[in-house]
Amino acid sequence: MLSGFLQERENQMLTKGKDTFDLVGGKPSQAGAVSQRACVFCGSRVVLYPIADALHLVHGPIGCASYTWDIRGALSSGPELHRKSFSTDLREKHVVFGGEKQLFQTLDTLIDQYKPQAAFVYSTCIVGVIGDDVQSVCRQMEKKKNIPVIPVMSEGFQGTKKDGYKIACDAMATLIGTDDSKAVSPVSINILGDFNLAGELWILNGYYQKLGVQVLASVTGDGRVKDIRNAHRAALNVVQCSGSMLHLAKTMKERYGIPFMKVSYFGIEDMSDALYEVAKFFRDETIMEKARQLVKDELTRLLPALEPYRLALQDKKAAIYVGGAFKAISLVKALRLIGVKTVIAGTQTGNTEDYRLLKAICDDGCILVDDSNPVELSEFVKQTGANLFIGGVKERPIAYKLGIGFCDHNHERKLALAGYEGMINFAKEVYETVTSPVWRFT
Amino acid sequence: MAFHLSNMGTVNACKQCAPLGACIAFKGIEGALPMLHGSQGCATYIRRYVISHFREPMDIASSNFSEETTIFGGNRNFNTGIDNIISQYHPKVIAIASTCLSETIGEDVQRLIYEYQMTHNDSSLPKMIFASTPSYQGTHYEGFHEAVFAAVKVLAGTGETPGKPVNLFSNFISPEDIRHLKEIIADFGIDAMIFPDYSDTLDSTSWKTYFRIPEGGTPIEVLKRSGMANVSVELGYILNAGGRNGRIKNNAIIQSAGEYLQSKFNVVCRRTGLPVGIEETDRFFHLLAEISGKPVPEKYLRQRGRLVDLYIDGHKYVSGKKAVIYGEEDRVIALAAFAAEIGMKPVLCATGGESGQLQETLRKVLGDLYPENAVVGQGMSFEQIAAAIREQDLKPDLLIGNSKGYYIARELNVPLIRTGFPIHDRIGAQHIKTLGYEGTSLLFEQTVNSLLEDQQRKSPVGYKYM
Repeated sequence: MLSGFLQERENQMLTKGKDTFDLVGGKPSQAGAVSQRACVFCGSRVVLYPIADALHLVHGPIGCASYTWDIRGALSSGPELHRKSFSTDLREKHVVFGGEKQLFQTLDTLIDQYKPQAAFVYSTCIVGVIGDDVQSVCRQMEKKKNIPVIPVMSEGFQGTKKDGYKIACDAMATLIGTDDSKAVSPVSINILGDFNLAGELWILNGYYQKLGVQVLASVTGDGRVKDIRNAHRAALNVVQCSGSMLHLAKTMKERYGIPFMKVSYFGIEDMSDALYEVAKFFRDETIMEKARQLVKDELTRLLPALEPYRLALQDKKAAIYVGGAFKAISLVKALRLIGVKTVIAGTQTGNTEDYRLLKAICDDGCILVDDSNPVELSEFVKQTGANLFIGGVKERPIAYKLGIGFCDHNHERKLALAGYEGMINFAKEVYETVTSPVWRFT
Repeated sequence: MAFHLSNMGTVNACKQCAPLGACIAFKGIEGALPMLHGSQGCATYIRRYVISHFREPMDIASSNFSEETTIFGGNRNFNTGIDNIISQYHPKVIAIASTCLSETIGEDVQRLIYEYQMTHNDSSLPKMIFASTPSYQGTHYEGFHEAVFAAVKVLAGTGETPGKPVNLFSNFISPEDIRHLKEIIADFGIDAMIFPDYSDTLDSTSWKTYFRIPEGGTPIEVLKRSGMANVSVELGYILNAGGRNGRIKNNAIIQSAGEYLQSKFNVVCRRTGLPVGIEETDRFFHLLAEISGKPVPEKYLRQRGRLVDLYIDGHKYVSGKKAVIYGEEDRVIALAAFAAEIGMKPVLCATGGESGQLQETLRKVLGDLYPENAVVGQGMSFEQIAAAIREQDLKPDLLIGNSKGYYIARELNVPLIRTGFPIHDRIGAQHIKTLGYEGTSLLFEQTVNSLLEDQQRKSPVGYKYM
């Protein structure tokens, strides 16, 4: 048992090889624990954010919209409406007398002005309390403007970030199946759970194109309303970031009979597995042959390029604290490939089952932690002597203050880390931060 | 002319919510840990936003409302939150701010504090401060000043040992500017409390060991005796006046910390603007000379002299250039005063704040340099700033403000002088100095050089000599 922390969190941290119990995930955060998690709204907002031709209107006081303005590195190949921040900017009078009128007028004006293909209306904490009938306003507006206006009931207090993912999936499910006008090949997939950070989707699209597989809809990286409306016609859903998108994949299987598979595009092994699995699904030897050729070509180029990084990084130790468990698992593998050993592996939203998988691939002595906080993470870094921290903006100061390298693997990043070229970028970034001469001054 | 705000929501807001400002101000109290009474997301979003600016740890606890808490009240979560903060952080102060959620369901945080203190009857309990900051009232700027006021109201008193003779309420400025103010008042021989002092807590060194609460901040003992000072100096003309806006009845009693100390303890309250530019810095230095009874030290006369000399060196490059200035109201006033005195035209002065005092204060501070045709906008968003530039055909040569206006500068293909909060697309925001003659020198050099670089880059010739 790791000591010196909040007692109630005992079963949310363990050392592999020492502790035999299962790491418990999915618990609500303790008040005063200083969790790194956000809220339900955040979960919905990050998932829907990259849909570039939709209006994303945050119904609430200004903060929630202000803090989510243009923060994801989610690129669009066309419209960029998702990079604006829309808020009903509720004031005291709305809190007292209701915000429905404000919502109606705001939607009315913004839809006319920006002509989106659909509108998502996010409920924030106080909307749930003051009792605005957001659904009814959305219905009225949908009739008036003749575009889908979708309520996202994401009041911050109604659960965790993970519940927000589910609510976003349900919101998208109302769009899916409402259009049949896109041309669809029998060999078609939807990509679920890539957010086109730094153009990662475009890298993946390139691979699938080489295989001869059509990407019908990307949910939601470089996302378009029309593609999502057509998504029910794909032959297969390929799900990354399953923490956020599995719910949608399951819904689509139920409603449209579309099978799904879970993949990761991060690291050589997982990326190659993803291509092979998709090829296998279509039972077409030419696709499989193209996949083999692609992997072979990429590896011939990639492995020698990785070698110098592997040599330089041999036996370095990494701390991982990320949103979801599947990303953590991919990271452990990718780090191992470049000689780096994972000594801390934690996530915000993993569940008990996820953690069994994560534990299985980690080395003995690795600390596993669920829903951690700065006090714990800084202590773990000290205990393990990690040389590198992989996380998001909130973890960065922990690493830097303690004088170790940092690599951003969160949604703000501007560097593509998916696919084969992402692996090189990742190795280079890890190398540059870990071996920088600045650490000699700390 | 004045620009009127629409009632149709806000696109690309030029403001953040009140709890954010409160958390930053709370970081200026020694040994304090901020806590937000509301959902987990508020704390996390604000942490991320603040960390991205200061690039320092920013721990904010949350009472982590669930659906149950929202229906039955936050009592239990509040107590658990305080317990957990104490056991993890051992803070001297727990500084609590409310959120829209806890305010809307009518949480009485003062009572929760009182009850916690009663049930824990323990003299070693941390002090607890509460600022009411529902995000549907005012902006982050009012939240900041509400927290400053709340801290003084809870802590300030009188006692046997005299405190510092001067209170300096230094406003929402960079850590570097706080350090510069400290240097200035020390050079005047003034023994002053500077509050809130986050110059170390939000701009610390590289660490050997991890500090759960970074060192630094205005000590509580000093805050406690602020009621015994002779005089308070508040930097800023508007401060939290905008907190009245948006309230149904305009009768809320809003006081600044200085006003409170004056009414409660007869500490004289003096107000002057943020000292940016020669005029405004002169006012500040004259006030310090008056308070200290000493002349302005030679060092600053030299700095002022060098600044005048620098103005002369650069005046032709800025003369007649049109500037769009935006940010918190007092910052806009200070930057507009600077722009006007170097011969630039502040063609648009915009703020997300809504005190209703911006235009009138600008007119007073700028005096004969106030451009009658300037567009002054309150309650403005970046989309409205962009629209005003377009519709009024302002053709600005540069923008001065935080990094969120970058997209407008990019579209217009003009330089952006980054100052204020937030600066999310550069490092070193915590080190930007704009106050005093020295800070103004840096700001002036940056302004001139940005314009020169812009000209040089756009020139087909690209001279390397001017």
